[in-house]
Amino acid sequence: MSLTLRAKRSGRVDRTKPLSFTFDGKTYRGFEGDTLASALLANGVHLMGRSFKYHRPRGVITAGSDEPNALVSVGSGARHTPNLRAPQVELYDGLVAKSQNAWPSLSFDVGAINNFLSPLFVAGFYYKTFMWPNVAWKKLYEPIIRRAAGLGTASSEPDPDHYSTRFAHCDVLVVGSGPAGLSAALSAARTGARVILCDEQAEFGGSLLSELHATVDGKPAAQWVEEAVAELKALAGTVTLLPRTQAFGYFAQNFLGLVERVTDHLATPDPKLPRDRLWQVRAKEVVIAAGAHERPMVFPDNDRPGIMLADAARTYANRYGVRPGGRAVVATAHDSAYQAALDLKAAGVSIELIADLRKEANGPLPMAARAAGIRVETGMAITGSTGRLRVNAALVSKLGTDGEEAIPCDLILMCGGWTPSVHLFSQSRGKLVFDDARQVFIPGESAQAERSAGACKGSETLAQAFEDGFAAGLDAAAKAGCAQGKATQVKLAGVLDAHGGFLGAVPHPHDAGRVKAFVDYQNDVTAKDIKLATREGMRSIEHVKRYTTTGMATDQGKLSNMNALAIAAEALGKPIPAVGLTTFRQPYTPISFGAMANHSRGDLFDPVRKTATHAWAEAQGAVFEDVGLWKRAWYFPHAGEDMHAAVLRECKTVRDSAGVFDASTLGKIEVVGPDAAEFMNILYTNPWSKLEVGRCRYGLMLNEAGFVMDDGVVGRIAEDRFHVTTTTGGAPRVLNHMEDYLQTEFPNLKVALTSTTEQYSVVAVQGPNARKIIAPLIDGIDISNEAMPHMSVRLGKICGVPTRLFRMSFTGELGFEVNVPADYGQAIWEAIWAEAQKYEACAYGTETMHVLRAEKGYIIVGQETDGTVTPNDLGLDWAIGKAKPDFVGKRSLTRPDLVKADRKQLVGLLTVEPQTVLEEGAQITLIGNPPAGTSALGHVTSSYQSAVLGRSFALAIVSAGRARMGETLYVPMPDGPIAVTVTDPVFYDKEGAKLHV
Amino acid sequence: MRFSFLNLAKQALSAHRHWPEQWRFPEPKAAYDAIIIGAGGHGLGTAYYLAKEHGLRNIAVLEKGWLGGGNTGRNTTIIRSNYLWEESQGLYEHSVKLWENLSSELNYNVMYSPRGVMMLAHTVHDIQVFKRHVHANRLQGIDNEWLTPEEAKEFCPILNISPNMRYPILGAALQRRGGTARHDAVAWGYARAASAMGVDIIQNCEVKGIRRDPSGAVTGVETTKGFIGTKKIGVVAAGHTSVVMGMADVRMPLESYPLQALVSEPIKPIMPCVVMSNTIHAYMSQSDKGELVIGAGTDAYTSYSQTGGLHITTHTLDAICELFPNVRRLRMLRNWGGIVDVTPDRSPILSKTPVKGLYVNCGWGTGGFKATPGSANVFAHTIAKDEPHPINAAFTIDRFKTGRLIDEAAAAAVAH
Repeated sequence: MSLTLRAKRSGRVDRTKPLSFTFDGKTYRGFEGDTLASALLANGVHLMGRSFKYHRPRGVITAGSDEPNALVSVGSGARHTPNLRAPQVELYDGLVAKSQNAWPSLSFDVGAINNFLSPLFVAGFYYKTFMWPNVAWKKLYEPIIRRAAGLGTASSEPDPDHYSTRFAHCDVLVVGSGPAGLSAALSAARTGARVILCDEQAEFGGSLLSELHATVDGKPAAQWVEEAVAELKALAGTVTLLPRTQAFGYFAQNFLGLVERVTDHLATPDPKLPRDRLWQVRAKEVVIAAGAHERPMVFPDNDRPGIMLADAARTYANRYGVRPGGRAVVATAHDSAYQAALDLKAAGVSIELIADLRKEANGPLPMAARAAGIRVETGMAITGSTGRLRVNAALVSKLGTDGEEAIPCDLILMCGGWTPSVHLFSQSRGKLVFDDARQVFIPGESAQAERSAGACKGSETLAQAFEDGFAAGLDAAAKAGCAQGKATQVKLAGVLDAHGGFLGAVPHPHDAGRVKAFVDYQNDVTAKDIKLATREGMRSIEHVKRYTTTGMATDQGKLSNMNALAIAAEALGKPIPAVGLTTFRQPYTPISFGAMANHSRGDLFDPVRKTATHAWAEAQGAVFEDVGLWKRAWYFPHAGEDMHAAVLRECKTVRDSAGVFDASTLGKIEVVGPDAAEFMNILYTNPWSKLEVGRCRYGLMLNEAGFVMDDGVVGRIAEDRFHVTTTTGGAPRVLNHMEDYLQTEFPNLKVALTSTTEQYSVVAVQGPNARKIIAPLIDGIDISNEAMPHMSVRLGKICGVPTRLFRMSFTGELGFEVNVPADYGQAIWEAIWAEAQKYEACAYGTETMHVLRAEKGYIIVGQETDGTVTPNDLGLDWAIGKAKPDFVGKRSLTRPDLVKADRKQLVGLLTVEPQTVLEEGAQITLIGNPPAGTSALGHVTSSYQSAVLGRSFALAIVSAGRARMGETLYVPMPDGPIAVTVTDPVFYDKEGAKLHV
Repeated sequence: MRFSFLNLAKQALSAHRHWPEQWRFPEPKAAYDAIIIGAGGHGLGTAYYLAKEHGLRNIAVLEKGWLGGGNTGRNTTIIRSNYLWEESQGLYEHSVKLWENLSSELNYNVMYSPRGVMMLAHTVHDIQVFKRHVHANRLQGIDNEWLTPEEAKEFCPILNISPNMRYPILGAALQRRGGTARHDAVAWGYARAASAMGVDIIQNCEVKGIRRDPSGAVTGVETTKGFIGTKKIGVVAAGHTSVVMGMADVRMPLESYPLQALVSEPIKPIMPCVVMSNTIHAYMSQSDKGELVIGAGTDAYTSYSQTGGLHITTHTLDAICELFPNVRRLRMLRNWGGIVDVTPDRSPILSKTPVKGLYVNCGWGTGGFKATPGSANVFAHTIAKDEPHPINAAFTIDRFKTGRLIDEAAAAAVAH
């Protein structure tokens, strides 16, 4: 293969290991250690993308994660991943990359017509048109805009990869592994501190990896890095090294989110490995050493392929051994571009000119460039470029003159200066300050236990970065309580300091209203767009951002924000800090949804709670429903039965003989202590003081507003001990509610609350034969009707296992609920089942339970109630302890609206046509065909076919329902009204005789 | 200058040099007939309707920061009216009807896009609740229809309806007239139109106190730009309403929480509608720019910090990835927070107050954007006539005393 675009020096790329990859279907060669961007540049490919709005041809401009232009899609099929930055994509053999946002091809893109329409498509143009007629926006304009917008495409297939997460604690987290970060990690680690060092790049070393001439303590910079990393690696017990790991978010209490890219760089990753890993790190102290971003220069046509940041080009040459061009023009306002020019010259690039915007450039680097024979012009601006898919000339002009010189070239290097990366600092809620002299925002006062070091702090020289780093590492370790470390210094040689910088648009002799000088490359925001925005009254930088979309692209303004701010400030005639900054939000660079969701998928999305009889029910062919986290047996169909048939059979069997039901999911709370009864008096409407030990009561819980919140049967186990049951879904809410009151309102009460939901398995045996079924299994409890009446609880044994045996009923039949330690749940269930079979009893599920309780008019909280229903609405006034001085919700019950005569009340409904089953949720009206806008009287809350009634029936909440007994109302449905008769809500055994047998 | 394609083309000829400011930047006058505190969508809209429908043009909107900078500019832009209670239906449907014509009314393209809002049911309980909504809406003439899982997938092809999901989709309620709009444009559109009618919008002007006469009636506001007299004050300060109302000694039944949202990097269109799942806490749409716009939950504790916990975001994205497994490789571009003011019944307060001349519009919780035009319209009526419009008559502060709550959250059994 041709090595013509490879520099003599191979940099950190291994030229003995060639790799093959494709870009837009064409095969190219690269080497191990290349990124997609460096390999494409080595193959002479600059055109890597198209811009968002105008579809302008774009080349790679950076060498890092702040790349706005060279976004590509990598992989195919289910692993197709859009919008990756080419300088961040590590090359592997067989890599398949495609360009985006171009049709039919990257070099000929029809969408580029937008570029010709650009005089119309200025900032905010879409707010000013596309308004007529009203419907055309959705039907016509928006679809066109949507198709044109967007960058890459999403795969249509589910992602086959998996993701992981780890929680970690450390003394010192160091973000960034350039000179400052490595020094900080070293000095902290040497004190014995537990250190985590992360860097978004594949290799540690940061800018040191691109240093050709610098020596540290007499060693080449790269060797110093190698030794530093080796030293850290040797401390594997206390130091965790995380390359390819982006610290993306800084949250409260020194909690940081990191994402580690584990396999994206591998051709054939071990399928056991996660693709990304989310690290959730709680650090005692943090050192931010995030470096700085080189700024583009805003000049007309500053976006052609072949125009790139100077230091990025230097990185490609030094680190990857690539010559990004043959003849280069350098446009700068900062000394660092001179170093780039010198290094590129050494790599074989002809430097035609360095045009420095500054009046003078007499630092050591400009002097060195002149000494190397490079043409250096000061007071000279770059004012344009020519070329189509690649730049072919740079236009330059002396400041204050109209003359423009065209200098043929295939590469323009630009450097407007450096912007400290203050993102994480700002996310930590630290306040930024504007350094007027250097025109940069730098970290001010810290809000959390962190400090910045190196370029992100505004330090400009390599020596300062090392000094910052070592000091920051020592300080962090000491503050984290580790040993005092020794101050370290390094001796630097071969480095020339660089200073300078320029913000805003470069002056040029063209009509500013006609040229395009890009500020935000990806979103095609130009200097004139920003001026237009300020002209239109967008005076806050937030308005400028939102109106022009500057800073809203996938680099989130890393390259553009400071230039945009300066242009806006100038247009408004205000100092930069007065215009303000937009908020730095996480993530620092985009992170995959997969990493965020990590293990929480499929069955692990939420814990699956199963009762002890789950496997048994499954074997019986039960169908399950989700209730909260629980899987509950819904019904047990026999062969050939649908749900309807199964439920009718189950209902009939329970009423004729008996049924066995797993009630384990109901919440259970043990309320214990000398003040337990008093506490219960406050939390529930019912009176508890006089409830005898061994007896149960239906408990009703209200919220403060007086509405029913939960219910359940409560047994008094001892003077100071209640066994409270709650609804299945309400269990956590009720416990929280109880704890809330106990801890904040009644801390004087001596009560302890324990959730025992999962400690007990509960087998409900319901039906006329219930007693006969359990009798042979029970030890030490007289379960006769006389000795153990309805609503009582006894302690004893079943099959030798301790039990809390409740006599209670949610079906209207004689019933027992056997509470046993959950480990015995299945065994006891099977023992009961064996007895039950002797009476041809059945196992039944939640649906049958719902029907049977509805026949008795028993409510289900959440079905008959919706947070707006009072005890009186439900006919449950009997459950209120009238003599009690107080309980939660009591005061609210007397509010005017809660005692109104027309409140919705629980009633029964019978359809005039007995086989019609109403739809739950259907509305109830006075007339059959109400006009739109008619108020409903109420709605159907529960509706079933009843085996015992031989017809359908329903429960409903109806305005003044109890006064409407016998009245005919209507349920209007799309295919016509259904006439219903209002009845009492109790349809079965109104006297309750069956409960007391 | 009118916004139109013709004017856009004309201005293009002169490089857009002659577009005027969209709103004026006046200094405050000594006194106004009415003052609105808070230049979000609801506040600016209130001023617009006061000027347009009630002829009150000597009015000002005071804004602590930049207009549209609160929840108006940081929400997920969902619009729908398929609420359960008739009071809510009336208010939100009034709003949807105004949305339908808002771009032409304001001469500002607010990009109202009725793409359909689909709410997913994952449990038997969800089905009962959503069908109740469907029936209740039909009775009021509000579109809302029940879809099978297959029909839901047809409407949103990337939806996962596999029965093997942890919480399989059992159906969905779809409001076709629901959709999205461009949030900033709503604030800007109202601001431009109101300013053109003479409303003074005063940015960077923080209210520090409310002055009252011995009878208790308001007489003006103390601000960072001095005292401004007025007899009518409408407070529309979202998460900071309690603070402002405290200046008039009115204690509000509000709690403020950070609510988060996020967007993905832009991609080509994959999402034709809005999908919401209350049960597993996820909602998503796609912006015209191509970003997936995703709503997350509120933090569990009250705060005025416009950011939230990481676990809230991860929990939202795991739900999103379950519903749409093909987006798992996409990436989060930006995650932010806003402060939402929540009432005990999760419905807003649009009401007179115990203080004469003081009116309040707040408590929108997580869902205020959709109501912007309707809320502003009836709040303007309330201020101008000193009595509520029939549509907001039920949304009083008093209801927390009388018990006449409008509890949508309890009805939907969701936390937000």
